[in-house]
Amino acid sequence: MFQGCHKNRQTGLGEQQGLQGLDARVSSQGDRLLQVEGLTKLFGTLRACDGVNLDIARGEIHALLGENGAGKSTLVKMLFGSLEPNVGTILWNNQNVRLTNPAEARKLGIGMVFQHFSLFEALTAAENIALSLDATTPLRATADRARELSSAYGLPLDPNALVGDLSVGERQRIEIIRCLLQQPELIILDEPTSVLTPQEADKLFETLERLRAEGKSILYISHRLEEVKRICDRATVMRHGKVVAHCDPRQETAASLARMMVGADVKIASRGEGTTAGEPRLVVRNLSRKPANPFATALKNVSLSVRGGELIGIAGVAGNGQSELFEAISGEVLQDQAETVSIRSRPAGRIGISERRRLGAAFVPEERLGHAAAPRMTLSENLLLARHHTDRTFAGKSGLLHFGAVKRAAQRISQAMDVRKSGDDPEASALSGGNLQKFIIGRELDRQPAVMVVNQPTWGVDAGAAARIRQALVELARAGSAVLVISQDLDELFEISDAIAVMHHGELSAPIPIAEASFERIGLLMGGADASGHATAAA
Amino acid sequence: MGLAESILLTIATAATPLLIAALGELVVERSGVLNLGVEGMMVIGAVCGFAGAALSGSPWIGVLCGVLAGALFSLLFGVLTITVATNQVATGLSLTLLGLGLSGLIGESFVGSPGLRLPNLYVPGLTDIPLVGRLLFGQDPIFYISILLLIGVSWFLFRTRTGLTLRAIGDSHASAHALGIEVVAYRYAAVLFGGACAGLAGAHLSLVYTPQWVENMTAGRGWIALALVVFASWRPMRILFGAYLFGAVSIGQLHAQALGVGIPSQFLSALPYLATVVVLVIISRNRRLTMMNTPASLGQPFVPER
Repeated sequence: MFQGCHKNRQTGLGEQQGLQGLDARVSSQGDRLLQVEGLTKLFGTLRACDGVNLDIARGEIHALLGENGAGKSTLVKMLFGSLEPNVGTILWNNQNVRLTNPAEARKLGIGMVFQHFSLFEALTAAENIALSLDATTPLRATADRARELSSAYGLPLDPNALVGDLSVGERQRIEIIRCLLQQPELIILDEPTSVLTPQEADKLFETLERLRAEGKSILYISHRLEEVKRICDRATVMRHGKVVAHCDPRQETAASLARMMVGADVKIASRGEGTTAGEPRLVVRNLSRKPANPFATALKNVSLSVRGGELIGIAGVAGNGQSELFEAISGEVLQDQAETVSIRSRPAGRIGISERRRLGAAFVPEERLGHAAAPRMTLSENLLLARHHTDRTFAGKSGLLHFGAVKRAAQRISQAMDVRKSGDDPEASALSGGNLQKFIIGRELDRQPAVMVVNQPTWGVDAGAAARIRQALVELARAGSAVLVISQDLDELFEISDAIAVMHHGELSAPIPIAEASFERIGLLMGGADASGHATAAA
Repeated sequence: MGLAESILLTIATAATPLLIAALGELVVERSGVLNLGVEGMMVIGAVCGFAGAALSGSPWIGVLCGVLAGALFSLLFGVLTITVATNQVATGLSLTLLGLGLSGLIGESFVGSPGLRLPNLYVPGLTDIPLVGRLLFGQDPIFYISILLLIGVSWFLFRTRTGLTLRAIGDSHASAHALGIEVVAYRYAAVLFGGACAGLAGAHLSLVYTPQWVENMTAGRGWIALALVVFASWRPMRILFGAYLFGAVSIGQLHAQALGVGIPSQFLSALPYLATVVVLVIISRNRRLTMMNTPASLGQPFVPER
């Protein structure tokens, strides 16, 4: 195998030649399942993939690393036939193939487990599986075959359950079983662990290792470097649409892999000195909520207190009530009792978002476009929308708006958070995810809020921007504000929180001080174990 | 023939076009396409059905003309909304307006001309059975087609792989595309089927219900069919129930008006609409069931990445 790593940070010819040299070495090994040469995909003038070379041997787990927007998704879409490349060749078992749709890819033996699941919520698990099998399989037989496979690979599954009722981890099992039923040679997994508890992820790794032992190949897309080091045999790193390195992840450190992905060192937020926590600024008392729709989660007696100077993290697998809790705290949904939510010691359960903002709170919801920002409005207009109630400099008593002041504030925020944008005041949708998120967080931080509540602060944000956002949240807490961060990213919570509470099935655990928290302990709580550590519902 | 029997027969005749048009639209909406042009396709089916029968002398050729005209008219909608990905609501509304205008133009020379009625079924022996004979074996042929359609559509949607695929497309066309399902082809087929059904329902009006051509003779039945689909939570058996309820109240209120009950006639005329909506709202109040059956991608244009 490879000795050390082949890296080349220069772009251009030197890199291409270097990578071709590497391919030559691999091809001499034989037993190559898939080989990709010079694959290029253009979207307008954007080169989403630019001369990508990649090869996958039989019976290996091959990692595809890269930040958001590096071109990983575009590459795998081309391998799965849902996008057609402009230039380049794909060799499957040394045969040149053209993949024009996913059905062809599947026929060859390429299966895919999507990051954003391509499941049908209104159908049952068995029906979902039946849809991707060829038409000769009778519908009734599907449920039995699914059950057999799920027990063989240790992936428990009820074929007659409606997908809309299932947890994210269960949905992923359906995707995997659906993929395995087609007996693929190559399985593409797109960020499979981003929705799993650490224990669920361990189970997934066992399944993957079993598949490798059976001689199947796996293309494993992830940005979680520890995982890649743990289970992958080789790695291909992409940046800005180009392959920048092929390497053996076991010979690398997480930091060196991150450097290849980002192209620069990635800073870890410094937690700073823990100030002695002050008065409780945000208090939630016995919050219960019925599910607003059949797929929502009920909240059960959630209580929580965040003091000034403290940063509390809420962990949990998606869909366990985090969004419902955020809506109740931010005032998108009012409570029956005013005392259920109090902000700076004032009951706030019956007042709306703007009134809660006036009490000194700030909120950043999960969806950037359409919830935290209006996509087709400019940054300054978005700033005005969020803050015209709280900032007298933006809207005078006469009801007239002061656009000059708004524009200056938008500039100030952009500079403070290092927002990179085209033009002076672009539409929100014109910014990349990371830059827009920096602006949205900056918009709230700019007010120096006494209470800050953020849901998924760095979801889909590149590593550089994520580090900047985390640092800003830590600094706000150190300056004396109460900060509540809801996140699915455990690494992130461990990096910035003073204490971590866990949501499971609409219930919130007591916060665990960071000094006592471990991945395992938090992971067990995410899977439904009670605080004493006994698993109750962990699947 | 007893009064009860004749009332039941008229109810079936009033409900049949609603049932057929709503079943067609059900299939269209289950595939994720919202075609608000049912009224327009129906009235085109009515005028072409009448014209075909009048020109050929055969009511069966009329029925065929109605079906083909409805399907052809829906093809226009399909090209615009599926291929060109225009807004489905606006396109459907303009289809209705176009259909009403176009039918007036086509039917101008047929106004007042005598119509041909599709003969009722007659099975010697069976039709003459007292009480149930005429109800079961003596109705117009399209009534039997509507019942076959009901069974066929239910079986297709919930028992066949193709039906499952169609429902999956309606739930998420992006996921379906990712699986390699031909979303566009399925939607074209569904839209054409919906158009053919609306055309058949229209032909029933001008060849069975009132065998003549009158401008705007659909009188809002296309809209009722659309509402039936929604309030029936996209389930075929509930459409049957809704259509017959509407038919029953329509006929009932006519008899009430004839008897001169002391209720304003305007209220009685509105009663079928009111009763159908109220009853179907009550049976669809199970939100979970409704959400499970609502096609999640309904009305959203599908533009695959390329």
